[in-house]
Order: sequence, then structure tokens, then C-alpha cells
Amino acid sequence: MTQDRRNSNLEEAIEANLKRVYEDVANQDVPDRFKDLLNKLRESEQTEKTEPENNDG
Amino acid sequence: MAEHSDPRDEVVEHLSAMRAFAMSLTRNSALADDMVQDALVKAWSKIDSYQPGTNMRAWLFTILRNTYYSHHRKARREVADVDGEMAAALSQKPDHDGRLQMRDFNHAFEQLKDEQREALILVGAGGFSYEEAAQTCGVAIGTIKSRVNRARKQLVELLQMSDDEVLEATDVVTTTIVSDNKNVA
Repeated sequence: MTQDRRNSNLEEAIEANLKRVYEDVANQDVPDRFKDLLNKLRESEQTEKTEPENNDG
Repeated sequence: MAEHSDPRDEVVEHLSAMRAFAMSLTRNSALADDMVQDALVKAWSKIDSYQPGTNMRAWLFTILRNTYYSHHRKARREVADVDGEMAAALSQKPDHDGRLQMRDFNHAFEQLKDEQREALILVGAGGFSYEEAAQTCGVAIGTIKSRVNRARKQLVELLQMSDDEVLEATDVVTTTIVSDNKNVA
């Protein structure tokens, strides 16, 4: 196999694996802890609405 | 269409992408999820800095990467590479068609600089344009382009080395099989 041919195979494989690294996680179900967290943030905000906080990290 | 919609309602749609990006940065699932959690809390409190109608995913990724660089980068170096070790243990023997092994790829990917890895994953897997990636990382478009190019080049170099090793190993195996067959015959 010529070096060029081998490199272009390698480049294709790199692109495919790159997508796989990302999509393997992106296609997983999101653990409940994150949806729970968003719900908690929303709830705590509703109870604290009278006392707005100003946090810019 | 809802008038007065809260942009925070949209955050949930980006959770899986946030986890994927965090995992690409940390290469450790526990650390990645901690990072997403921190970023969510921060995003929630800073929602006023998000301009409705703009790219929310890019905005969330910016917070995520800031979290990484300010807190988690150090932790990443301290934790054992459990995921990597597991992946290595589970990985199959080399394909004989020369297909690139995920284990080799992961190993090479982890050797990239953080800045290169994030640029490459945003553009190469996350579907970000160079412009969106530049905005997310707070650098010029040209900087993102050169990071992506350098990252690709470096991966090719790293993988050429491991590819050679695999080819040599395959040759040894093939030779052994051939000579075994001869012995049988």
C-alpha cells in the first residue's frame, strides 16, 4: 500500500473514530441526576424569588 | 409559540451533547459528569448572559470548558485513567483488515493538547462551524483552524506509529499460523 493511500485511510478512520468518541456518549440516555438537578434548580428559584441573587461566577 | 419562554427550558435538550463534550475533554466519565453538573448550576445562575435566539449549545459549551479549565483539568491529571484501562482490557485483538482500533485512537486522542482536542471534537464531531467553535473557545477563527489542523496531523503521526506496530504484530501472527499449518501438514 502506498504511503498516500495509507494516510488517507488513516485520515478517514480518524474522522470516524472522532465521531464515535463523541456520539457514543451523546447517544446514551442522560442519567436522571441531571434532570433532577434542573428540577431542583427550578424549585429552589421559585422559593427564593423574593430574594434575587446576583452571581456572576 | 410560547411568548415569554424561559431559555432555561431548552437546557435539557443539550444535556447529552454536554456530556459528550465533557467526556471528550476529561476522558473520564465520573469527572465529565461532575463537570456537567457544575456547568449546569453555573448556567442556571448566569442565564441573563445568554442572548435568546443565539446558539445555546455554544453558550453551554463555553461554560463547560471554562469549568474544565478552572477546576477539572488538574483533577483529570490526578485521577487514574480508569476508563482507558477498561477500554483497553475490553478491546479486541487487532483487525486484520487494518481497521484502526478504538483503543489506539483513544490513546492518541488523549495525547493531544486540551486546546487541540476540544477544537477537533467541536468541529470534527460536534457539528460546530469554525466560527461557532471559535466563539465557544474565545479565540479567533484562524486559531481554531490551526488547532484543528495540527490536531489532525498529530493524530496521523501518532497512529502511524501504532499502525506500524499492529502491522508488525499481525505479520508475526500470520507467520506463526503459516508455520503451524506447515507443521500440521
